[in-house]
Amino acid sequence: MTTTSATEERPGSPIGFGRMLRKEDPRFVRGQGHYVDDLQLPGMLHGAVLRSPLAHARIVSIDTSAAEAHPKVKAVITGKTLESLKLAWIPSLSHDVLAVLATDKVRYQGQEVAFVVAEDHYAARDALELIDVEYEELPAVMDARAALEPGTAVIRDDIEGKTDNHIFDWESGDREATDAVFADAEVVVTQNMLYPRVHPAPMETCGAVAHMDRVTGKLTIWCTTQAPHAHRTLYALVAGLPEHKIQVISPDIGGGFGNKVGIYPGYVCAVVGSIITGKPVKWMEDRSENLMSTSFARDYHMHGEIAATRDGRIVGLRVNVIADHGAFNNTAQPTKFPAGFFHVFTGSYDLQAAHCTVKGVYTNKAPGGVAYACSFRVTEAVYLVERMVDCLAAELHADPADLRMKNLLRPEQFPYTSKTGWVYDSGDYPRALKLAMSIAGYEELRKEQAEKRARGELMGIGLSFFTETVGAGPRKHMDILGLGMADGAEVRVHPTGKAVVRLSVQTQGQGHETTFAQIVAEELGIPPDDIEVIHGDTDNTPFGLGTYGSRSTPVSGAAVAVAARRVRDKAKLIASAMIEASPDDLEWEKGRWYVKGNPTQGKTIQEIAFGAHSSLELPEGVEGHLDAECVYDPPNLTFPFGAYVCVVDVDPGTGVVKVRRFVAVDDCGPRINPMIVEGQVHGGLADGVGMALMEVIAFDKAGNCLGGSFMDYLIPTSLECPPWELGETVTPSPHHPLGVKGVGESATVGSPPAVVNAVLDAIQVRHADMPLTPAQVWRAMQGRPLRTDLAIE
Amino acid sequence: MQVTMTVNGEEITREVEPRMLLVHFIRDELGLTGTHWGCDTSNCGTCVLWVDGEPVKSCTVLAAMAGGHSIRTVEDLEQDDVLDPVQEGFVREHGLQCGFCTPGMMMTARWLLDRNPDPTEAEIREAISGQICRCTGYLNIVKAVRWAAEHPATAQVSTR
Repeated sequence: MTTTSATEERPGSPIGFGRMLRKEDPRFVRGQGHYVDDLQLPGMLHGAVLRSPLAHARIVSIDTSAAEAHPKVKAVITGKTLESLKLAWIPSLSHDVLAVLATDKVRYQGQEVAFVVAEDHYAARDALELIDVEYEELPAVMDARAALEPGTAVIRDDIEGKTDNHIFDWESGDREATDAVFADAEVVVTQNMLYPRVHPAPMETCGAVAHMDRVTGKLTIWCTTQAPHAHRTLYALVAGLPEHKIQVISPDIGGGFGNKVGIYPGYVCAVVGSIITGKPVKWMEDRSENLMSTSFARDYHMHGEIAATRDGRIVGLRVNVIADHGAFNNTAQPTKFPAGFFHVFTGSYDLQAAHCTVKGVYTNKAPGGVAYACSFRVTEAVYLVERMVDCLAAELHADPADLRMKNLLRPEQFPYTSKTGWVYDSGDYPRALKLAMSIAGYEELRKEQAEKRARGELMGIGLSFFTETVGAGPRKHMDILGLGMADGAEVRVHPTGKAVVRLSVQTQGQGHETTFAQIVAEELGIPPDDIEVIHGDTDNTPFGLGTYGSRSTPVSGAAVAVAARRVRDKAKLIASAMIEASPDDLEWEKGRWYVKGNPTQGKTIQEIAFGAHSSLELPEGVEGHLDAECVYDPPNLTFPFGAYVCVVDVDPGTGVVKVRRFVAVDDCGPRINPMIVEGQVHGGLADGVGMALMEVIAFDKAGNCLGGSFMDYLIPTSLECPPWELGETVTPSPHHPLGVKGVGESATVGSPPAVVNAVLDAIQVRHADMPLTPAQVWRAMQGRPLRTDLAIE
Repeated sequence: MQVTMTVNGEEITREVEPRMLLVHFIRDELGLTGTHWGCDTSNCGTCVLWVDGEPVKSCTVLAAMAGGHSIRTVEDLEQDDVLDPVQEGFVREHGLQCGFCTPGMMMTARWLLDRNPDPTEAEIREAISGQICRCTGYLNIVKAVRWAAEHPATAQVSTR
């Protein structure tokens, strides 16, 4: 359980929305955060996972006898052990199954084969070396584009009758209308592009401590999870454990970014290890395990086509995707959305028709695909459309900013129904783009660029305009494994007027303990320092699906606001009894009900709270105490948006890119805490620089992962990131109680195309795939950019 | 083997395996969990602490090698209930989000300010460039260190 102390004073803290220092920070700056790996329990044992060195192989035999003989080893668990518990395979998050420990074959390098439980983690690691696995190697399927070719090895022969590596075909939009628009189009531009496999790589890796208490039968799991309630229900459904005897605790989390949504085999093994030994078992993966086996992101091979008039009116967009889902289809997204929300690929533009297809395929790579602040594939969609617009601009010799401005949706078109059926709630797109161009000094930059070009210097200016799609989601459309995506909240005001709010969502650094206190403060007038925020503990919080897809504020923020308003309504009735006035005669000002026309006659929320718990005779039908709850079912998603401008300098001799400036104008509706919102944007912009220039999980043809450590998987440091320049516009969501839209992933979604567009603008190349490393840029300048997902022969 | 070192001003002696890493010794044997572990390869810097006054990545140092030396960790930044200006700066400038890289960043920042009390933005960026933050995009970390530079004797206001 994570709580905040209410004893700390922050001078100048607003009672409600506004810049406020974070309530969680005092413990973090003292090194007193409580992360999973900090937990020490009496008698705790340590687990370690034996992983496959091969990408595709049949398991001939596993000999664990030497490991079991190790004096410090308490248990060795293999797929056979799990088969007896019916846990060798578990349901994936996407209509598939997932091996916990491999029984028949290994299907990617790093896949879990055995689990050792020992007295300390050094001994557990030692014992892994003592396990002898005999493999019969099979051909590895590493090229998603060739995964369906006849004669290719079949990865999923565990599925009855499976004869190929096909997972699903999915489409959206109007094929015929789109074909007609393309047939008549004056200009059509076509471009293949890869959004490479990347990894969220939070600084804290994934792990768990599981403790099965044999006396009470209660299983407690401290886990790096973004979704504690969903995990608890899944453990109950899959393992047959009684749900009321499972407590999932998500303490401080060292970053998530989607990496910590799903249930990993290591968690299940820690649980089984604890059941077998009767002791608490800790399992923390190391960095290589994190990068090689846990949920990756993207891996979309896209073929885009954009149709336009000669004078630059975009009329149609068509895209065909091959989606590499790895060895198991375990993407974490709403059940009915096999390609996430990719169908928002029409972006921010007013088109006549659009159509997309997505073909999911298995490869011998780790499963996952929806992570890294992607808003369920909106990253891929935004990259596609923003690259296509730049390709069109190059074809038409048009300025990319002019072309965007000409085609952006206009404010009067909202609510806007896209050509793939999404209803964008609100927006003023031209205003955001103009502001971004003004902050950047766009005209001056173009002049500077022209001067530099004349001198042979390579300077690039890149734009992107994105529409985000977050806050999943309406429960009639959206569920995960049958669990509707509604979230609960409870607000309780104590007799002395202090309050506690309990959330179903879980912070991984977003500052929920501050933001959600501010929401209650805004609604009830209780100072945020007097409000305790409790989250991350299934025994102490209401049910809900957790934090990912930028859904905390859109969904749980609404739940908290509605619950607080219910408290306020109840407080009105209690105040009426205290003042002896009709409720109809009372008026609210922040923190107080008073008699209309007689402001001195009123009661503060603190006085009312005490009255609610006192011997006061309450009005008919009003129960004592002052609390309320809400389960919020969002009527629609929210659609934050933004306009980004990136300025880069490229070294003509080496291809090294320097991001000189980055201007980000975000519109996420009203900002509850502007400081926190800006911090969220900063982090996402760094992600964008990383993905555009450095980050990739590539493989060689034998199936070896080439991004399995921070020596190889490069993440931007302080030297690659410029001082971000931010701007904001505010367009409230009409359907959210607070008008807020969510912002956690906006910058991660919006920034990669701006960086890529800038680099390609600098070197005057139509397209080259990310990451634009010096080698890739240099090759692109020679007209021969590489595929970045597979190593060169 | 037996190892003796000074940790946050206190001399300690423990029996350790010769192969034990300093980061595990500090965290698991001494219970000082403010020092984190993030990568094994000296790339991420969540494990930075001081050895004899110099920032060191403790994931690639053996506990045995620290024998006879003086260690300082994040837990020692606060003195007599007074936060170090660096700690105060991180709170005031929103220099942290998930908090996982924060102890290492602050140890490097304190080291920098002890040698260069008025660092430029570029000097701060250079100093922390061996450490990774996945949340903040670094700008507010730079501002936090600048705040500490501008408030060398912290007026105790905000966080206790």
